[in-house]
Amino acid sequence: MSPFTKVLAAFAICFTASAASISDSLKTIRAVGPEGKGNAAAAQAWQALAQAKPAALPQILAAMDGANPLASNWLRAAVDTIASRAKDLPQMELMKFIANQKHDPRARRLAYELIKNVNPQLASKLIPGLLNDPSVELRRDAVQRVIDQGADLKKTNKPDLAQKQYRIALDAARDIDQIKEITAALRALGQKVDLPRHFGFLMHWTVIGPFDNTDRAGFAKIFPPENKVDLTATHDGKAGKVKWSQFVTANEYGMVDINKAYPGPGDGLKEVTAYAYTEYAAAAARTVELRLGCKNAWKIWHNGKLIFGRDEYHRGLRIDQYKLTINLAKGRNTLLVKLCQNEQQQDWTKEWQFQLRVCNATGTALLAPDRPITPKTGTHNNQPANSTRTPRKK
Amino acid sequence: MKYFIALTLAFSLQATAADWKQFRGPQGNGVTSERNLPLTLSEKNLKWTIPLPGRGLSGALVIGEKTFVTCSSGITQNRLHILALNAKDGGVIWHRQFWATGRTMCHGKTSVAAPTPCSDGKNIFAVFSSNDVICLDLDGNLQWLRGLTADYANVSNSLGMSSSPLLIGSAIIVQVENDSESYTLALNKRTGINLWKLNRPKAANWTSPVRLTNTLIALQSKNGIDAIRAADGTKAWSYDGGASTIPSSTLRSGVLYVPSHGITALELNKADAENTPKELWQSPRLSPGTASPVVLGNKVFTINGAGVLTAGNLESGERIWQTRLKGPFSATPVATATHLYCVNETGLLQVVDTRGKEGEITGTLNLDDTILGSPAVGGGAIYLRSNTKIYKISE
Repeated sequence: MSPFTKVLAAFAICFTASAASISDSLKTIRAVGPEGKGNAAAAQAWQALAQAKPAALPQILAAMDGANPLASNWLRAAVDTIASRAKDLPQMELMKFIANQKHDPRARRLAYELIKNVNPQLASKLIPGLLNDPSVELRRDAVQRVIDQGADLKKTNKPDLAQKQYRIALDAARDIDQIKEITAALRALGQKVDLPRHFGFLMHWTVIGPFDNTDRAGFAKIFPPENKVDLTATHDGKAGKVKWSQFVTANEYGMVDINKAYPGPGDGLKEVTAYAYTEYAAAAARTVELRLGCKNAWKIWHNGKLIFGRDEYHRGLRIDQYKLTINLAKGRNTLLVKLCQNEQQQDWTKEWQFQLRVCNATGTALLAPDRPITPKTGTHNNQPANSTRTPRKK
Repeated sequence: MKYFIALTLAFSLQATAADWKQFRGPQGNGVTSERNLPLTLSEKNLKWTIPLPGRGLSGALVIGEKTFVTCSSGITQNRLHILALNAKDGGVIWHRQFWATGRTMCHGKTSVAAPTPCSDGKNIFAVFSSNDVICLDLDGNLQWLRGLTADYANVSNSLGMSSSPLLIGSAIIVQVENDSESYTLALNKRTGINLWKLNRPKAANWTSPVRLTNTLIALQSKNGIDAIRAADGTKAWSYDGGASTIPSSTLRSGVLYVPSHGITALELNKADAENTPKELWQSPRLSPGTASPVVLGNKVFTINGAGVLTAGNLESGERIWQTRLKGPFSATPVATATHLYCVNETGLLQVVDTRGKEGEITGTLNLDDTILGSPAVGGGAIYLRSNTKIYKISE
């Protein structure tokens, strides 16, 4: 680009910044979509938007409400750019933005960090009020504050007060590291913690298998449970007839270990497929997240509709590894999980298991009204599929 | 006119041939033309250390007076960072953050900031394990971004992705190969929009694409090597002898040294590189561990899983000498005309003179830090990035 052209381009940007409204730029950026759709227009709009004065920051942050994740990143880059050259930020307006919980959780956290960078004292005043904030990132600091209070009380030999603080922290905690820290502290104080209930792990299942997964073909193959779940039916499995049986996990992270249902020889069955079925009673129709942890290939159906599947084996498992948004119907909802084990023989390929929970976008467990009490022992096999579940104690 | 020439010259000096603008440097083979790097090391060679806001094992870039580095932070590593530092003093010139749009789960040893960015000297193209691709200019202004897992929902690897992007012509080559939805894409470097998308073997793959010619790239996978036309993604030829999925191939003087059966040397067809290459030799005794091979002078060097540096004859693949370094190594070494700079996973930088009958360690510097990324070289300095810091080392 020649210097003359550069000057012209700079002039054009300045002109654009002054002439085009911020709202026009925001609209263009929010229109970005899959596979780079809208990128070229967004780049021009971004150049103009990034020239905006700091007073525009709340408006740009507000544009993240309902924006797709790609658009949010475009907007975030504009916020960072504007804030990095600003001498003063509109702190009071940003405080108001944070206080409005209807705004996008990540935008509110970003506003908090902008304030924290220039006025840490003001930011710290916000923390106590964020304990049950819909932004997980915002509530994290508030939870840590209460954890620290609990630890101080424990150090000063006030276990009852410490326990109370830890309970408050646990109720609010959504990050696994904090939950583990609080659980350990409470248990050290002789307290019980019902982790499956805290997370909302689904503990009661009926399972059927093994079906074939030779050469990993079982992932794509449609076995009878995919067409219809009939808990009284018998089907042709990999090595004979198979039928549904009850499976209750007592694992405190909700792990449904299919190897326990179908132990097989040695380190367990290989090249096999199983299905796990459960029901979830919703008090009202609503949007929820299914959160899955799994290191085997899997598919999930909700009310008979395939939600998602992934044919990856033994690359790792963690809580909330996959987040799937579904719309629960009022009343009975069915969930069917297909779980495939492959041919690998290494020590780290024994696992044939998953963990599944129902929660909101914050990660707060959504417990079914008829959720049974958390089981103390697991039931692994040879239980009739229609056996009565233990009702929750009133 | 004089004014025009002066300005043009000044602009072109912003990015020079000696800049380190991609994984393994200007030629993509780890070799630098720098001549003034320290051969013996002590604390006085450590010019500055700057804390980073997140983890990472991507290599730094060095462009003019700026050093660029990527990181990831947060409980789930879902914050993506790109920083520009003043190469002189390490001061942060700008810092941009983004939210990961794809999965961020990865093995504890690696990080979401694993791929080394690339640059054309005007823009930085950063790729993360979440398959977010972000283009910023050298002043930190966003040019475009993509979320490849948002586009292709099963493009991910629960152990983490690490393939570094490659710039060729007007395309950014992004290799997002994994067990499930496995692709290599060419993105328009101006807009980020797909130029082409190629189905690739369904298998986890952490290797990076290699530029063979101005129009041809090599994609490595467990199956071997595919030579792909950068213009349209069509295949020119394949080597189907299998290859490693961790260390990448290295090109020097028309010969591709592939981590396959140890090292396999493939000579590109001299008349037309799109024709099938000639297999010169295979050397099982040169088998590399995690680090990619480096070619220097008339030798090819590999480091195995035990930390043994092996020099092989470039003509025959025969082993010439071995030197045991203190390992283990993840980072690919960088090389001057005579020396290798090898940094192990605990931050011990070891300088090896390669000219003798066997390797001679001429200097060491213990940074006592977790370093898994390949060093960057520029402006007479070596830049090492750890999981928490970036270091500048020079005379």
